[in-house]
Amino acid sequence: MSTQILMPALSPTMEEGKLAKWLVKEGDEVHSGDILAEIETDKATMEFEAVDEGRIGKLLVAEGTEGVKVNAPIAELITEGGEAQPVAAVSAPAPVAAPKQEVKATAPTPVATAALIEPSVPDGTEMVSTTVREALRDAMAEEMRRDPDVFLIGEEVAQYQGAYKVSQGLLDEFGAKRVIDTPITEHGFAGLGIGAGFAGLKPIVEFMTWNFAMQAIDQIINSAAKTRYMSGGQMHCPIVFRGPNGPASRVAAQHSQDYSSWYAHVPGLKVIAPYFAADAKGLLKAAIRDPNPVIFLENEIVYGKSFPVPKLDDFVLPIGKARVIRPGKDVTLVSYSMGVALVLEAAEELAKEGIDAELIDLRTLRPLDTDTVIESVKKTNRIVTVEQGWPVASIGSEIAAQVVEKAFDYLDAPPARVNGKDVPMPYAHNLEKLALPTVEDVVAAAKAVLYR
Amino acid sequence: MSDPSVVEGDGVSTAPAPNSTTLKKFYHDMLLIRRFEEKAGQLYGMGLIGGFCHLYIGQEAVVVGMQNALLPGDQVITAYRDHGHMLATGMDPKGVMSELTGRAAGYSKGKGGSMHMFSAEKNFFGGHGIVGAQVPLGTGLAFANKYKENGAVTLAYMGEGAANQGQVYESFNMAELWHLPVLYIVENNRYAMGTSVERSSAQPDFYKRGQSFNVPGESVDGMDVEAVFEAGRKALEFVRGGNGPMILEMKTYRYRGHSMSDPAKYRTRDEVQSIRDRKDPIDQFGKKLVDRDLVTEADLKAVDKEIRLIVNEAAEFAIEAPEPDASELYTDVLA
Repeated sequence: MSTQILMPALSPTMEEGKLAKWLVKEGDEVHSGDILAEIETDKATMEFEAVDEGRIGKLLVAEGTEGVKVNAPIAELITEGGEAQPVAAVSAPAPVAAPKQEVKATAPTPVATAALIEPSVPDGTEMVSTTVREALRDAMAEEMRRDPDVFLIGEEVAQYQGAYKVSQGLLDEFGAKRVIDTPITEHGFAGLGIGAGFAGLKPIVEFMTWNFAMQAIDQIINSAAKTRYMSGGQMHCPIVFRGPNGPASRVAAQHSQDYSSWYAHVPGLKVIAPYFAADAKGLLKAAIRDPNPVIFLENEIVYGKSFPVPKLDDFVLPIGKARVIRPGKDVTLVSYSMGVALVLEAAEELAKEGIDAELIDLRTLRPLDTDTVIESVKKTNRIVTVEQGWPVASIGSEIAAQVVEKAFDYLDAPPARVNGKDVPMPYAHNLEKLALPTVEDVVAAAKAVLYR
Repeated sequence: MSDPSVVEGDGVSTAPAPNSTTLKKFYHDMLLIRRFEEKAGQLYGMGLIGGFCHLYIGQEAVVVGMQNALLPGDQVITAYRDHGHMLATGMDPKGVMSELTGRAAGYSKGKGGSMHMFSAEKNFFGGHGIVGAQVPLGTGLAFANKYKENGAVTLAYMGEGAANQGQVYESFNMAELWHLPVLYIVENNRYAMGTSVERSSAQPDFYKRGQSFNVPGESVDGMDVEAVFEAGRKALEFVRGGNGPMILEMKTYRYRGHSMSDPAKYRTRDEVQSIRDRKDPIDQFGKKLVDRDLVTEADLKAVDKEIRLIVNEAAEFAIEAPEPDASELYTDVLA
């Protein structure tokens, strides 16, 4: 008899991958533990081992094939002396979809794409499709070329090329003096980076994820954010703390938290949370040049997405500016980071029902560009905030308060908030889905403020 | 700051051995801290200094011995019992006292207070209020020294109480791993607020606390300024020579409470008095100077008189100086 070997999921967020290389050929005997193939995920090239013993029948997916879905059959294994069946005879089960609650908006819709171009980019600038991961790496590399005082420090940033491959190639270009692997010691290396900042260097401190930065939050707030004030302006700390923030996929409560409102609360910090690759690049470059401590919140699920990035020698965006990514007249949808994927898709759904939504990507959470939000509300008279973080004391809470304070007379409905649910992130697939905001939630909230 | 450095046989710069002038300076610097702190305690009692105020009285030999062993360009960072460190680096007593009274003329424009003071000019990096947090920060200053290849060493002070914080060991590990030019000074004054070393520390020999990271350490009589200077000079030479970090445990004692509001019921009055009588760093060192015919009793009295004048002037200045302008509330938050 024969069984199917399926494309494996090799990371929490993997949905598809490249079958880079077969290490077995048809007819080979394999034992459990033998390496069958090399599979490239969005983060790394992984070896894929046999589980069962038998003989390789047909290889169903050719070497070098990209975009092989998780759980798609990639080979047949003949066990207990069975014979290979003709491929056509194999009733391949429909590939089971990988968890994809946050990944629905795989690419911006055509409407939004037009608005992706930063207004400050000159007409006719060539746009290059770039992943967010590459955009972040390019931003660091460009700034490191420009300023010898900039260095990158964190866990697995050098030899491993980044736990999420964001620092790929930096060690080769800049050497071990400027790309520094640390022990697992978040509190220690955050403090060390801040001290180096006091001494005039410009550290980029990578946290493997922001969840682990809670070990270091005393240093970030008490030492980085407050020292300029406490020293009467004598001490400076030009430092960037960066890494993936917010829920990833199926990693449960301790690895799925959005820290946006935590850091946005603190005077002395700047806080950036981009969604698009161009913003990731232009704002990370700005963050590295900024003389203040900057919290740079990335998102693991967005790392692999491609967006157009302007081909310019030195593309730097201003910190503290939100952007209207799609103009509209009926309702304002405000979001940042992964929430932008939700509002982009929700806007399409709403358009089908004749509702013209204006979309704002905050991009920076501190200082918050309330002017752009207020201007929009004055036009649409209705607002919905969308974020993955918990609802209590959230970014949405702050925006709702500001809108009520500054544009109360313009509101035709109370501001609405769409947030993650007020619970620790559950592991079970169905519960996780319930805990996170969805496109349907956004559509429902938008219709509610329109009384429709 | 010390006299111009001398270069030892192995090519590493070090502070010169003390002569009669430097020995007299040790006495002067220690007494300045003692009288300044006595005055600060007095102003606190009058309500002119607010909040927490941690006095350095009893520990003067540590900071004076170490500071005089430093070379120009070296940096200092410590926790919140920091007035002595600031005066030792040469910061102006008027500026320090004005910060204590919360005035615009203070080193932090009155926004930092007793625990948070800095001087970029004197390479004094604070003044930090969170126990142990200054240790990774100091390790980062040393990281920058190595990165810039400037030959400077960072002194990172901590109390023996801070030496039980996890981040201290994270720092030891990184400093040894990367051979950073940092000298850790553990000021063991026997009590972490009200908790004695015996009640808090499984390994009470703090100079051994780096052993599992291969960081060498040495125990020093922190009540003897000459012993501190000599140990500091040797340790700085070791660290400056690219050998990685080192720990000096200074056995010392504080006479006053942990802060001004601490009644210090956890030890007897006899214990404090006995140390004052036998070990006081200033009295003992003054006697030595007289015994060696370097000074007379009259000379020491003259030094005291001169210092009392400096301290009184600083206090008067700090009382008269205006509070920060209300507009300062919003300055220095961001660059």
